[in-house]
Amino acid sequence: MIIDHPLLGPRDAAEFTYMGDAKLIDRPDWQSDTAAQDFYEYGYLRDNPAGWHEELWFHEAGDRSWLVVTRNTVTHEISKVELARDVARAKGRSK
Amino acid sequence: MTQMNRLAGGQIDRNKTCKFTFDGKAYTGHQGDTLASALLANGVRLMGRSFKYHRPRGVLTAGSEEPNALVELRAGARQEPNTRATTAELYDGLFAKSQNRLGSLKFDLLAINDRFSNFLTAGFYYKTFMWPAAFWEKLYEPIIRNAAGLGSLSLEDDPDVYDKGFLHCDLLIIGAGPAGLMAALTAGRAGTDVILADEDFAVGGRLNSETLTIGDQSGAAWAAQAMTELRSLPNVRIMPRTTVIGAFDHGIYGAVERVSDHMHTPDAGKPRQILWRLYAKQTILAAGAIERPIAFENNDRPGIMLASALRTYANRFAVTADKRVAIFTNNDDGHRTAADLHAKGVKISAVVDVRPDAPRSMDYEVLQGEVVDTKGRLGLTFAEVKQADGNMRTLECGALGMSGGWNPNVHMTCHQRGRPVWNADIAAFVPGADLPAGMVVAGAANGDLSTAGALRGGAAAAKQALGLKGRLPTMPETEDKPINLKPFWYVEGCSRAWLDQQNDVTVKDVKLSHQEGFRSVEHLKRYTTLGMATDQGKTSNMGGLAIMAELAGKTIPEVGTTIFRPPYTPTAIGVLGGRHRGQEFHPKRLTPSHRWATEQGAIFVEVGNWLRAQWFPRKGETTWRESVDREVLATRNSVGVCDVTTLGKVDVQGTDAAAFLNKIYCNGFALLAVGKTRYGLMLREDGIAMDDGTAARLAEDHFVVTTTTANALPVYRHMEFVRQCLYPDMDVQLISTTEAWAQYAVAGPNSRNLLSKIVDQDISNDAFPFMACANITICGGLRARLFRISFSGELAYEIAVPTAYGDALMRKIMDAGAEFDVTPYGTEALGVMRIEKGHAAGNELNGTTTALNLGMGRMVSKKKDSIGSTLSEREGLNGDGQLYQVGIKPVDANDPVPAGAHLMNADGPIDAAHDQGYVTSACFSPNLGHAIAIGFLKDGANRMGETMQLVSPLTRVHVDVEITSAHFIDPEGERLRA
Repeated sequence: MIIDHPLLGPRDAAEFTYMGDAKLIDRPDWQSDTAAQDFYEYGYLRDNPAGWHEELWFHEAGDRSWLVVTRNTVTHEISKVELARDVARAKGRSK
Repeated sequence: MTQMNRLAGGQIDRNKTCKFTFDGKAYTGHQGDTLASALLANGVRLMGRSFKYHRPRGVLTAGSEEPNALVELRAGARQEPNTRATTAELYDGLFAKSQNRLGSLKFDLLAINDRFSNFLTAGFYYKTFMWPAAFWEKLYEPIIRNAAGLGSLSLEDDPDVYDKGFLHCDLLIIGAGPAGLMAALTAGRAGTDVILADEDFAVGGRLNSETLTIGDQSGAAWAAQAMTELRSLPNVRIMPRTTVIGAFDHGIYGAVERVSDHMHTPDAGKPRQILWRLYAKQTILAAGAIERPIAFENNDRPGIMLASALRTYANRFAVTADKRVAIFTNNDDGHRTAADLHAKGVKISAVVDVRPDAPRSMDYEVLQGEVVDTKGRLGLTFAEVKQADGNMRTLECGALGMSGGWNPNVHMTCHQRGRPVWNADIAAFVPGADLPAGMVVAGAANGDLSTAGALRGGAAAAKQALGLKGRLPTMPETEDKPINLKPFWYVEGCSRAWLDQQNDVTVKDVKLSHQEGFRSVEHLKRYTTLGMATDQGKTSNMGGLAIMAELAGKTIPEVGTTIFRPPYTPTAIGVLGGRHRGQEFHPKRLTPSHRWATEQGAIFVEVGNWLRAQWFPRKGETTWRESVDREVLATRNSVGVCDVTTLGKVDVQGTDAAAFLNKIYCNGFALLAVGKTRYGLMLREDGIAMDDGTAARLAEDHFVVTTTTANALPVYRHMEFVRQCLYPDMDVQLISTTEAWAQYAVAGPNSRNLLSKIVDQDISNDAFPFMACANITICGGLRARLFRISFSGELAYEIAVPTAYGDALMRKIMDAGAEFDVTPYGTEALGVMRIEKGHAAGNELNGTTTALNLGMGRMVSKKKDSIGSTLSEREGLNGDGQLYQVGIKPVDANDPVPAGAHLMNADGPIDAAHDQGYVTSACFSPNLGHAIAIGFLKDGANRMGETMQLVSPLTRVHVDVEITSAHFIDPEGERLRA
């Protein structure tokens, strides 16, 4: 596969490490009343769709960016590649 | 009798004669021959034995789809099994042997299997060898493996190298027949970057096998002219002897170039083969089509082959398989073979055509009917024909061409889960709409079986792929006839009629499999083995599908095909591995003191990719234990030095550096003073321990974090995840500096005395206490870092210098330490000393243990959020009965305490249900004089002093042990702070 890195352009997938569902960005609030349940769901309950999926890839043999790659798990078509940092900020994550 | 079956003409170079041997007998052929064509030229039809029944076999084809003529090529370490004689280029000195025989090829003792064919039908191994079970592994399987099978390996190291290469292009064209050449001309003239790859050594595809003309020249001459033009275009790269083996995601194709297979030995510095990764924006598949055989009784005798193969041998290689040839056909293409051979002076016994309206000939007899049986033990002698009028005829012939129609080569169109569709006009599957992205199919591969269709298709495909406007240029005049096929798969009533010659699958086997309930085509394949092995059913699958469809009362498209998967043709493991073998299997990382350690005669151990000194044997030491015990005692009694560069180092900088470390470590770092170091434990988000190490605060906004050697990469990846994905606005930067700094542990009561001679600053206990860290200088100005941390439990330091000075520093330490008898120690002594101190390492941080298990439960801060802190509080990971890290020592000091052994209650039963815990790390302690271990024990914190049974059924150990603190030496830590 080829991943179109937002900073570096098209790179071979062999340069990347895969981590899975980009929902891992949505780390729960540890002080919430439901923190235990929230972290359990965060850690263990993931979707495994046959189709479009937002997933995390790490450019380990490259610039060490974490990327959010929107990929069709059936066809391997990639429709969007973003810096995970930008996605995280857009979701309201900060410090 | 040399080359008795050689004809006139052809594209071989008669001025260049090649001597070769097959099964020990010497022959000659010419450059441009394949091994198969040269053997046929010499009258050799028998080239192999079949897989199961050991039936005599000759060539079926003239290409890479060959199921039968598999040979062992070359001798000695270069011997290669299962090489297709039909693609092996002849060279002077070629050495080949037939395979899968016991005795000689003519008198194969295992031919007896053919007599027992009734017992060896589809699935025989599921039915016959049911009991007793133990016999399967010991008796049946070795016998079957020995009897059934293909070639043998040399069992020597391959002396040749294999390379990997990467190429990019706008347009990849797979196949250089008429369609591929026309596509390459169209795209090449338009200035596109083109790669044209073909598995053959001669470019032109079927044009080299035919007598047809294109314009006013022969097809082969037209191909040669096209090649001349393409070679003149700098934007076109032509890759003959290059098989595209697979279509992968996003326009990536795998291809194997056989650089040196056509030579006796590769030229100096040249690889045998290259595995190319081709990145193509667009692809044209012009892989042609493969003719299919017809099933009739005994259709597998040497001399019976595809009619198109007979034509290739005659027109391209100037060879006939025999002086007398018959043809069995269901379409007009078979007649073309008869006409070509007749024109070359070969006698045509008859053309047998199943169609009532077959074309007639003035030159030879055309019979309407079917071939119903053949004769000839080691090669065809007679064919029995049942004519449409019911009369029987016996044809004398040494070769018989079968023409059952053509299957477009859709293989590559299916590698991305595409499914071919049925085309009734040619009774074959053609590419479907779901092609790999960017692929266009042209020519015979697309079902366009005429030469004119191929030229038109090639040009049109190039225009489509490149988005070129305008009309197609005028194509040269050439053959443009339909083949007028009448679907005909097998002769009624036949049973031992071969569909798959490679796997010995007959019509009878397919019928049997249907009877036994195998309805899916994938099940048929697995049960009968139809379409398996090196040819993957390129000539056999369609026949099997057709019979299956008939038996099930379905159409062929309803039955469907099995899935085509890469590689297209058999690919050597060697070329997939490339240069990554032996010492080069993975990269080797050497520590800064490696050269020095080598000079000391160190024994090295691989730790990940690192080579680390394991121990340093001295003269007179005969066992590793002697060396390790000496290194441990010398360190504890005076001073030792160990290269710890391999530990991961991550530089953490920024105003939020401390806040960041508070997130990744379960214990607190915000209040750590500048100039201090702290032990840190990292958890995974699920609460399990991930890694441990130290963080040294060199400045308010600057920490140096260490990780274990094995986890350097995953921990760094995790830290970047936390930084980028969870806290994107933290002002913190990370970089791995593992290889930038050489770092040595200097440990033992004399370590301060030693380092004082090197370090420029005051490192007295007051100036530089336990857990201090600082940027320092050594040797009068060289920048360095000093950490007062200890893994050994002794007064100890770790000193780091830029890697370039690593070798010099080690030599300096050894010089300065001579008066203290400084002793280098390796990873074994390091391990012994950390077990003596009860420090957890990889065996304890094993992916199942929590901070609580490790005896560090209270380290997990509840005042702050850190990765893993919430889930570490889960009920299941806490409360009574949790494992707890303990020390273990034998009651009898002479007893062993092996790692992996399990703890059982002193009076309890010994079984898994009563398991109390297990040993993770064990060693002999030279300081205590007996074996010691650390491990995990249920409620271990409350069981100090308890006597237990330690059992290891695997190593037959059963000893009494005492549970102790894991801190065997200096439990109060006085030495550390001295």
